Amino acid sequence: MSAALNHAVVFESDLFERHRHFRTDRATLPLRSDEDVVALRKHVRERAVAIALSLVDQTKLVTAASELARNTIKYGGGGMVYLDALEDGFRKGVGLIFVDNGPGIPDLGLALRDGYTTGGGLGLGLGGSKRLVDEFDIDSRTGEGTAVSVIKWKR
Amino acid sequence: MERIPILRMGDLLLVTIQVDMHDRLAMTLQDDLTERIVRDRAKGVLIDISALDLVDSFIGRMISNTAAMARVLDAQTVVVGMQPAVAITLVELGLTLHGVKTALNVEKGMALLGKTNL
Amino acid sequence: MTTQDYATRISQLIQDHEGDIGAEWADQLNALTVRSNVVSKDQLRKHCQQFLAALAQAARGGELQNIDHRSWDEVRDLLSEISSSRARNGSTPSETATFVFSLKQPLFTRLNDSFAGDPAGLAAASWTVSTLLDKLGLYTIEVFQRARDQVIVRQQQELLELSTPVVKLWDGILALPLIGTLDSARTQVVMENILQKIVDTGAAIAIIDITGVPTVDTLVAQHLMKTIAAARLMGADCIISGIRPQIAQTIVHLGVNLEDVVTKATLADAFLVALERTGTSVMKRTHA
Repeated sequence: MSAALNHAVVFESDLFERHRHFRTDRATLPLRSDEDVVALRKHVRERAVAIALSLVDQTKLVTAASELARNTIKYGGGGMVYLDALEDGFRKGVGLIFVDNGPGIPDLGLALRDGYTTGGGLGLGLGGSKRLVDEFDIDSRTGEGTAVSVIKWKR
Repeated sequence: MERIPILRMGDLLLVTIQVDMHDRLAMTLQDDLTERIVRDRAKGVLIDISALDLVDSFIGRMISNTAAMARVLDAQTVVVGMQPAVAITLVELGLTLHGVKTALNVEKGMALLGKTNL
Repeated sequence: MTTQDYATRISQLIQDHEGDIGAEWADQLNALTVRSNVVSKDQLRKHCQQFLAALAQAARGGELQNIDHRSWDEVRDLLSEISSSRARNGSTPSETATFVFSLKQPLFTRLNDSFAGDPAGLAAASWTVSTLLDKLGLYTIEVFQRARDQVIVRQQQELLELSTPVVKLWDGILALPLIGTLDSARTQVVMENILQKIVDTGAAIAIIDITGVPTVDTLVAQHLMKTIAAARLMGADCIISGIRPQIAQTIVHLGVNLEDVVTKATLADAFLVALERTGTSVMKRTHA
């Protein structure tokens, strides 16, 4: 899979440890071009359907994935995404971790505020994406990169 | 390069989006529509998104921008066929599509355009 | 001694005596568990080992008061797994919590040895360990409950999907009476159904009647607002009818903004408004 990436994306973060035991079926996808975003949407939709997420939840997850993938490309200079199936013994879920080695987000608090209506949030739409998923974690270090982890559980 | 076809019906332009659009394709559509409105002296633009199971912020902004540019060129835009799941997601995202008229289907959309074109 | 000192010491203690603590703990559990066929001895030993290792690791982080902290992620995940596997095998929530609580005895024994000659230190360390294990034990019960709740919620949803009545009042006008208490989960399903029905019937206006709803809370009010926003995005509109005085008060107290939504006290009034909006008027015939 990493043959598809031009160079390895290296970003150490304890985000990757979250729910490590519950993650399986990892797919690693590159995020460099518009087409990569379209491909990711397809993959996420398949995974969402596989755990029988409701149509609305599927749409929310795929939309969030699309938003975050675009951020990785436009602001992170390109990167990759890990797509996992999650199972914690009670419920099933789909998880995504977006990673890039971009400039990082200087003010996370500001970035997490609504990006669409008021123009705040640095245009990253992180606040909106956060509302679409059940779990949302972000780790960003200026000059090193950004990692965003999201999870949608089957209700 | 792939392009989304734009049909002309009198002074109305009709676009049916049926593919999962990547960002470049969306931008191309926006440019094409603006150009066609001028070239065909269109008074109305109908965008059918009934086949779209996803509208994210980029596509949303493309639609808003298209409608705004159309208005400047004295044309009305109506977006039809938004799926419920998409609508719910857009509300959650906080995207309002301000300034864009919407209708449930093509028929109603055309009626809406007919009413406002004098 | 600072909290970090205790944490390090307790963590070290567990690591140093892991084997002994684990053995004593497992013995305790075997003695307590009445139904030994629920969890096999091997399975039990494995759980004990995993938990002790994770506990020692997490304790080193120093956050002994707050089990929601990142350093306890692995322990919580492990307890979730243990709790769910026991649930599947028929354990009760108490039995699962006892799994955690019965670790106290072996730990106290070791603390006693470690803090010999330091009664104040022993008291503080024992208290810390005790409250920590209490929290972890309670956590397993919460996880257990959550799983059971999920089954109930799912069943409720299935019932719901079968019960969203739709009345076509007129061309392009739908009435959707909501009946019964609306909780957050139910409201979401109902709202999705409303939007789907709007598409299916091509209705321009949907009247959501809440006469049959005894109370409305903030979450429900928010869902109602989101549904109306979604309907508008799709090209339809909604009117809310059947707002009783008590609900009106609640809505105002909650500060819900209903400014751009038409609301009527009765379905009949809402119907008239809808007719007007769709270009139809009603006239009374006068008989000569």
